[in-house]
Amino acid sequence: MYKAAVVGDRESISGFAALGLSVFPVSSADETAKLVNRLAENNFAVIYITEAAAAEIDDTIAKYRNRRLPAIILIPAISGNTGNGMKNLHEAVEKAVGSDILN
Amino acid sequence: MARMNVNPTRMELSKLRGKLISARRGHKLLKDKRDELMRRFMDMVRENQKLRREVEEAIRKANAHIAVAGSVMQRQQLETALMLPKQEVELNISEQNVMSVRIPVFEATFRSSDTNDIYSYGTAFTSSDLDDAVKALSEVFPKMIRLAEVEKSCQLMADEIEKTRRRVNALEHIMIPDYEDTIKFITMKLSENERSTATSLLKVKDMVLKRSHDYH
Repeated sequence: MYKAAVVGDRESISGFAALGLSVFPVSSADETAKLVNRLAENNFAVIYITEAAAAEIDDTIAKYRNRRLPAIILIPAISGNTGNGMKNLHEAVEKAVGSDILN
Repeated sequence: MARMNVNPTRMELSKLRGKLISARRGHKLLKDKRDELMRRFMDMVRENQKLRREVEEAIRKANAHIAVAGSVMQRQQLETALMLPKQEVELNISEQNVMSVRIPVFEATFRSSDTNDIYSYGTAFTSSDLDDAVKALSEVFPKMIRLAEVEKSCQLMADEIEKTRRRVNALEHIMIPDYEDTIKFITMKLSENERSTATSLLKVKDMVLKRSHDYH
């Protein structure tokens, strides 16, 4: 049985705890990278991570991009939406099609 | 124009003809695979874009509520209220095969069957903004699961499309022309040999006739 995790700063993710998702507050990039690696090994199929936290660990996220599990999904943090989640989508289109044809 | 380094023999020729036929067939199949993957990918990307907009908007609203709740209540109270959830989410994962890309399908199951049973706290000491935030998040949660599914599928498909495109291009622009050039080279060489044998035979015949009959 798989689980879903939410990673990010404490304020942004506490709401998800009520839904029954496992929340993991993090404060440094190092800690975040280690945590994501650990979650990936421990039956977490979906990891929602705030854009702010994800921006610091690009390499780790890229590592899991082509694996079937886990799915690492960016969500906006309480501090605002940086648009990085949408940017990743545009990058995927560019990779597949050769140019960014989304509007 | 690059021909392969092979001996111009009939055996090589028939081997290469076989290879050319399978390369052409492979090229056609891979091209079809690429086109179909691309079509599915574009559908998926559009859904992904739409879901992402909705999810981001909903989370933004929920975050605004939490920010208000955080300003009314004490930090600790807020956390205590959310710390012990009534609900628990578990994911079932199955697989779907789209043109040999295995994409995941997530299905969430909740511990409590009542999806409204989400408030893990009494209402006495908490702000109503917190209720709004939790409600908003629980409403968007099915979409978040779908988003995870679709976004992962998009990433996997983008990767596969890139690979397939490279294979198609390699076959179309390198392997097939190489085979064709080499086959042409071997057939030319073979017919050249034939002509050269024919002329030398004629020549020998001339010489033999001349010697035996003193014939011009």
